[in-house]
Amino acid sequence: MRNAFAAEITKLGAEDKRVVLLSGDIGNRLFDKYKDAQADRFLNCGVAEQNMIGMAAGLALSGLRPVVYTINSFLINRAYEQIRLDVAYHNLPIVLVGVGGGLGYASLGPTHHSLEDVAVMRALPHMTVLCPADPVETKLTLREALKHDGPVFIRIGKKGEEVMHKEPPAFKIGQPIVMQKGKDICLISTGVMLPVAMQAAKELASDGIAVEVVSMPTIKPLNEKFLGEMFKSHGLVVTLEEHSLIGGLGSAVAEWVADNARPGASLMRFGTGDSFIHEASVLDYAREKLGFTPAKMIDEIKKHWRKRK
Amino acid sequence: MSTDLKRIAAQIRGKLVEMSHKAETPHLGGSLSCVDILVAAYWGVLNVNPKDGVDPKRDRFVFSKGHAATALYTTLAMKGFISPSMLDNYAEPGSPLCEHPGPQCVPGVEAATGSLGHGLPIAAGMALAARIKGETHRVFALLSDGECDEGSVWEAAMFAGGQKLSSLTAIVDYNKWQATGRSNEVMALAPLADKWRAFGWHAVDLDGHNIDELIAALKLAPHASGKPVAIVANTVKGKGVSYMEDDNNWHYRTPTAEEVVSAKKELELL
Repeated sequence: MRNAFAAEITKLGAEDKRVVLLSGDIGNRLFDKYKDAQADRFLNCGVAEQNMIGMAAGLALSGLRPVVYTINSFLINRAYEQIRLDVAYHNLPIVLVGVGGGLGYASLGPTHHSLEDVAVMRALPHMTVLCPADPVETKLTLREALKHDGPVFIRIGKKGEEVMHKEPPAFKIGQPIVMQKGKDICLISTGVMLPVAMQAAKELASDGIAVEVVSMPTIKPLNEKFLGEMFKSHGLVVTLEEHSLIGGLGSAVAEWVADNARPGASLMRFGTGDSFIHEASVLDYAREKLGFTPAKMIDEIKKHWRKRK
Repeated sequence: MSTDLKRIAAQIRGKLVEMSHKAETPHLGGSLSCVDILVAAYWGVLNVNPKDGVDPKRDRFVFSKGHAATALYTTLAMKGFISPSMLDNYAEPGSPLCEHPGPQCVPGVEAATGSLGHGLPIAAGMALAARIKGETHRVFALLSDGECDEGSVWEAAMFAGGQKLSSLTAIVDYNKWQATGRSNEVMALAPLADKWRAFGWHAVDLDGHNIDELIAALKLAPHASGKPVAIVANTVKGKGVSYMEDDNNWHYRTPTAEEVVSAKKELELL
C-alpha cells in the first residue's frame, strides 16, 4: 500500500501545485519520483512529529495542501495534541497518512503497533477517518482526501497487501464498496482485513450461509443510511477490523445500533483485545495473541448463526 | 524611544489590567511583560493592513503565548483590526474573544494558541509556505520562556535552523517566571540565546522593554546569514505596575477595582 501511496501522491503532486509532502524521516527511495518532479514540495521533517504536524498547519493556513506521511503509531500517538489543535480545531485541509496501521509492523512490537488510533481520531471534530483495504483503495482514498475541504486521516497497511479490486470501484468519502452480495449475513470489513473477510465468506458459503461482504474504507463519517439497509436486510451484521474493539469501526456501528434501537439484525464485532504483546511476534501470531484468528471468527459466526435460527 | 509608542504601551497595559479585573481572568503578569514587544512589532515593523486581515502578502505574527491573549486583542483593537468595544465583552460567554485565541476568531489572529509549544511549528510552516510560493513576507512567533520547556519548540528550532528559514523570527518574552517557579530553576533554560545559536539561529539578547531596540531586532529578518532570527527579549513579568513587577502571584491573581485605579495612575492614565 505504501508503494500505491507513493505512486498516487507523485501523480497528485504533479496535478496540483499546492500539494506538499512531509515525511517523518521514512520512505527511503519511496518518493524518488515525487522528488524528481517537485523537489521543493517534499520535506523530510526528521524524527520530529509534533513539529511536522504544526508545520502542516502553517502550510495549510498559507493556502497549501500538505500531506503528512509517517509510521502510523508515531503520527497519531506522538503528535496527537498537534493533530487535535493545529489540524482539527483549525479545520484545515491536511491529509495525514499513517503507514503500518494496526499490526502492519507486527514484528516490531507494541512501539510500532497502532490498535487504538481510530478510536482517538474518530473522536476529533471535523476529522474524516479512512481505512483503505488494499493498494487500489489507497489510491482512491488519497485522491478523494485531497478534494476534501477539511482534515482527513488515512490509515494504510505497509507493503505486499493483496489487491482486492481488479478494477478501481466507484468511491466517494462515506461510500461503502460491496464486494459480493449475500442475503444472510453482512460482513463489514475495514482496512487490511478484507482478504480475511472474503475467505470467511467463502467458508461460510460452504456451510450454506450467504454472506454479503462490504469493504468500508470510511469509518467517519459513518454511513448510517447504508447501515440501516444492512441491518434491515440481513439477519446478522459482523464488523471486522485490525483495531481494538474499543473505539474502532465495531464501536462506531455499536453506537449507531444503541442510538437506533430497532435495527433488526444482531451485531457481532471482531477486532483486537484490550492488551499489549510482550513477546516477539509476526502478524498471524500477533493477531492470535490479541484475541483474533480467522478460524475463531468463522467458528463464532457459525455458532451465532445457528443459535439464531 | 518614541514617546508616542511608550504612551501606546501604557494604554495597552491599562486596558489589560481593566480586562483582567472585569473578566476575572488570570495571566496578567505575562500579558504585561510582552506589551512592548507587541508595540514594537505592530507599530514599528509589521506589514499588516487592519482593513484586510487575510492579505496573502501580509507579515504573519503568530501569538504562541496564547494565555496572554488580552495583550494581542488590545493591540489588534488599537491598530483597528477589531472594534475597541469588543474588548468590553472579552471572555463573556458568546464572545469571539476567548481566554485563549481561537482559530481566526477575529481578524489579525493567525492561529489558535493556548497550549504551549504550538506557535513556532505553525510559524515555521508559514515560513516554509512562503519559500515554496516565492513570497517575501516575514513570519514572527512570540513565545513565553516557560513555553521553551516544550520539546516541540526545539523540534521547530532545529528544523528552521537546518532549513535556513530566514524569513522566520522567534521572540521569547523572557520574563524569568513560569506558572509556578523561576524559569531558570524549573528547567535549565539559560543560556537561552546560546541555545538558539546552537540550533542554527542568529540570536540577539536585548532589553524587551526598549521599543527602539526591539524594532531594530525585529527588522533583522531576513538575515544576511540566511539563518532564522531569535530575539531573547529580557522582560519583567507584570511590567508597568510596581506591585505586580516580578511578583509571580500575578500569574493567577486578578486585580481588585482599587488596584485597577492605582495601576492606571502609575501608568499615567488617570
